[in-house]
Amino acid sequence: MTTAVTELPDTEITAAAPVALNFDELLKRVHAIGREVLAVHANDVDRLARFPAESIEAMKEAQLLSAYVPIEYGGMGLNIVETSRICEAFGNYCGSSAMIYAMHCIQVACVVHHAQHSSYFRRYLKQLVEEQRLMASATTEIGTGGDLRSSICAIEVNGDCFTVTKKAPVISYGEYSDDLLLTCRSGPNSPASEQVHVMVRRGEYIAEPLSTWDTMGFRGTCSSGFTVSAHGSTDQILPTPFNDILSLTMHPYSHIVWGALWTGIAADAVNQARAFVRAEARKTPGETPISAIRLAEVDLVLQEMRHNVYGLAREYNELLKGGCPGQIHGFGFSIRTNNLKLSCSQRIVEIVGQALLICGISGYRNDSKFSLSRHLRDAYGAALMVNNDRITKLNATMLLAHREGN
Amino acid sequence: MTESTLESTVDTTAVREVLAQHGRLTVDISTLDVDFDLYGAGLTSLATVGIMLALEDRFEVEFPESMLSRSTFRSVASIAEAVAKLAG
Repeated sequence: MTTAVTELPDTEITAAAPVALNFDELLKRVHAIGREVLAVHANDVDRLARFPAESIEAMKEAQLLSAYVPIEYGGMGLNIVETSRICEAFGNYCGSSAMIYAMHCIQVACVVHHAQHSSYFRRYLKQLVEEQRLMASATTEIGTGGDLRSSICAIEVNGDCFTVTKKAPVISYGEYSDDLLLTCRSGPNSPASEQVHVMVRRGEYIAEPLSTWDTMGFRGTCSSGFTVSAHGSTDQILPTPFNDILSLTMHPYSHIVWGALWTGIAADAVNQARAFVRAEARKTPGETPISAIRLAEVDLVLQEMRHNVYGLAREYNELLKGGCPGQIHGFGFSIRTNNLKLSCSQRIVEIVGQALLICGISGYRNDSKFSLSRHLRDAYGAALMVNNDRITKLNATMLLAHREGN
Repeated sequence: MTESTLESTVDTTAVREVLAQHGRLTVDISTLDVDFDLYGAGLTSLATVGIMLALEDRFEVEFPESMLSRSTFRSVASIAEAVAKLAG
């Protein structure tokens, strides 16, 4: 179950006797947390655009924030496929909570894949497990137009310390996180594309609000903008160039877990639709209502979406285990990763829309048990978190050089 | 391959021209020597697609995907060598 990292620690870590983790049992527990905590507060979180504190607290109690941390540090040592299934499950109950969880796991993965040969980060991983520290990300920057591979701000190093100031238009749950991974140029004279990934710790940075978060969907992610002024020890700079972290980890990992949580939102919409159709069918047993045919149609699309997510998740997991970073870095895998995001972000809107058609006015109301308002509004966010047009253009450029089947 | 053999097979000036037009480098290519690491001058993997197309057009060659690695585009010298191999 542990993912083989492509960069091995330079000291032997004596693996503690792994505690046998039954994933099926864990998933049941995840669903229980979903029903008993996430679902209970989801409408309130959405209405008030507030941080789902109860959900995150429940995740911490279940040690889920260290799900992707290897067993030798006390984490669960889950792989990307299992993490995705948890994200999908949470998506059934609250899109914002699921998104926060997914974003946190992405940051954990950056440290797990790329920083284990730093003694600082080995200690950090243990601390993350013990304290269930929540990690956030500041990759976008004002002035770069959503291009992750380019930074304006730069770290300034003075001996063992660095300082950095970044204007980030969006930092999801930034106010509520313990630690923040941010991107910046490696130095004041570095080109825009020569970036490092730095962890800044609560208490070591000031975040001045730049913009608010009052959006159609994913309202509970509290993705306000901030000017972050931080300092820290140069140990906190991840030892791998960000360029490599992005292509080996951040890009595929994020698109997979987002696809999974969007699948979870879509699946819940289909479940609502199914419950509605069943209620209708009870009135005329023996006669399949027309809405049941619509349900069959939307179930097909949901299956395609889910298979797409786990197909790529399994491929990525195999490549990580097999120690094939070259293939992950290549255009082919990058194109497929982008295609997953493009496809899932379109399917979620179609699926929730179809579920709404099935549920009719009950789905349209905000105050009914079949309400699909939050699902629909969350669904429209998928195509915009990194705008699909930007991604399609990247694929178009890469396809000039890549031939499928090579 | 010695540098003089290299220069006689593929004109590094032509490679520099392509880089100047399509490389989107942060530094003037004429100031860099043939072995300078272009990734330190702002070269990105996406920009290599444009460079590749311009080279294909200029030298009438076709790059197979196996040659579209980071190392091929690392320097003026490595690009010239790749083109020379393809023009064969």
